Amino acid sequence: MQAASTGSSRSRLSKLLPVAAGLVLAALPWFVSPYQQDLIAKILVYALFALSLELLVGTTGLVSLGHAAFFGIGAYVTVLASPQGAPASIVWLVPLAMLAATAYALFVGALSLRTRGVYFIMVTLAFAQMAYFVFHDTKLGGGTDGIFMYVRPVLGAGGAVWLDLEDKRHFYYLALGALALTYALLALLLRSRFGHALVGIRLNEQRMRAAGFRTYGYKLAAFVIAGAFAGLAGFLVAVKDAAVNPELLSWHESGAVLLMIILGGLGHLRGAFIGAFAFTLLKEFFQSESLLGPLASHWQMTLGFTIIAFVAGLPKGLIGAGQMLRQRRRAPVREAADE
Amino acid sequence: MNEPAAPLMRAERLTRRFGGLTAVNAVSVALQVGQVHAVIGTNGAGKSTLINMLSGELPATSGSIFLDSADITRWSQPARSRAGVGRSYQRTTIFPELSVLENCRLSAQAAQQRPWRVWESAAGCPHSNGVARDALERTGLAGVAARAAGLLSHGQKRQLEIAMCLATRPRVLLLDEPLAGMGAAETDRMLTLLEALKRTHAVLLVEHDMDAVFRVADVITVMVNGEVIASDLPQAIRTHPEVLVAYLGEEH
Repeated sequence: MQAASTGSSRSRLSKLLPVAAGLVLAALPWFVSPYQQDLIAKILVYALFALSLELLVGTTGLVSLGHAAFFGIGAYVTVLASPQGAPASIVWLVPLAMLAATAYALFVGALSLRTRGVYFIMVTLAFAQMAYFVFHDTKLGGGTDGIFMYVRPVLGAGGAVWLDLEDKRHFYYLALGALALTYALLALLLRSRFGHALVGIRLNEQRMRAAGFRTYGYKLAAFVIAGAFAGLAGFLVAVKDAAVNPELLSWHESGAVLLMIILGGLGHLRGAFIGAFAFTLLKEFFQSESLLGPLASHWQMTLGFTIIAFVAGLPKGLIGAGQMLRQRRRAPVREAADE
Repeated sequence: MNEPAAPLMRAERLTRRFGGLTAVNAVSVALQVGQVHAVIGTNGAGKSTLINMLSGELPATSGSIFLDSADITRWSQPARSRAGVGRSYQRTTIFPELSVLENCRLSAQAAQQRPWRVWESAAGCPHSNGVARDALERTGLAGVAARAAGLLSHGQKRQLEIAMCLATRPRVLLLDEPLAGMGAAETDRMLTLLEALKRTHAVLLVEHDMDAVFRVADVITVMVNGEVIASDLPQAIRTHPEVLVAYLGEEH
């Protein structure tokens, strides 16, 4: 009984953790340099992108290697739809970017979900490469160089501007707000019957069908929702850089976001968040010439080895590290109690 | 209630071929409420293939399946399940990471899915919780409702398998070797449960334990190499010459 009650107080504490993290992130711009603020803003965008993939991989068990397609389409649509002379309004630009990503996700999902396992991985990769080459090889999005955004969008009405994304701090708070909202929505989704059904599909799809669930519809819904949020992340990355290029849709990007959620720990929303943080910071560290000198030019190798070490040492991801430590600390106590 | 009028579910001349192999050949069965219809036969006789076709997991090569008189031959498995055809698996097919209650609650949720109501908590769903608790009560698992399903004993997992099937509120039960690997006491409890369930369900039972089959079955169908060689009352099957030769062995 006592163990159960301490467990529940711990879980209550654990529920407050994302709120606390949000508050810390909201206060951070007052304590960090502009460079660090930009870096954290970038992490927030990638955390949102990773969260969207977590719904697919960690919750539903659908390993997609083409998730960057929706990210990139959201980004390209943001830049292509922005007028050159005056700032666009966030009110219509965000839904437009998300809608474009959603539409492509519906198309890709409807076809790729007819396959399973490694075939699903390959088909999602193929569709993402298709989108990549559309932007890479045609003039539509400026080819290999990509295109620039002349004026960043704003949020305002009747002459008043509440949010001007040319201001980096405004962008920071927009990214934080979008991430918090996405996190909250996904947490709500996972708590609902829909979310529980997705978990059931990951654990045992055959049983779910036997119980009476048309699993294809559920998987397609998860795929489309994940695509929509990836589109939102794409909007943010386009505004952050005020530019897009085909690399946003490349399989490197799909692989990186997959690594983030694996690094953080699959099956937890906060794992995606922690993974995005860890991955981006590690990458920044290994790319830093001031810290590592000439080794920095081999960052892909050092980053790769580090991630292999992490995954080998922490098979449940960084989020599982706390659990492992707790168990190790508790184990001797239990032995003593047995004696 | 119990008059043997129209069967609840029936299959007519069901056939399934895998390439050149005919796993099930023109098999007809009728299931009605109040009866346990046992299907026995040696390994590879086509019993599991028959269940897979009835439940919709495997399409039939030819033949028809009717539920209440509606032709459901082309219905998907989820649609048949929601119409009242429940099945259990020979190899335990549970959600090992989830709690015993959640295993059943998730199965019960199939009847009231409402996936768009994302603001409602699944764990607080009164319908699925009620049905799940009821299924656990009936199968004697209420005491371990909070335990992770993967930590149950083998016998308890088999009981959970049945509980998950019951949680979908089926009218027809297709049970694929529910007694496999069970001890004597567990077998006894399961047979008592079957006796109770058949009053309100049409039951098809595939089972290897002959003592158990003869204890609960009201009708027995014997399959050999995908074909039905006899279908009759248990006492008639006991003395059926073809069955004695082909299945039970000549020494009987």
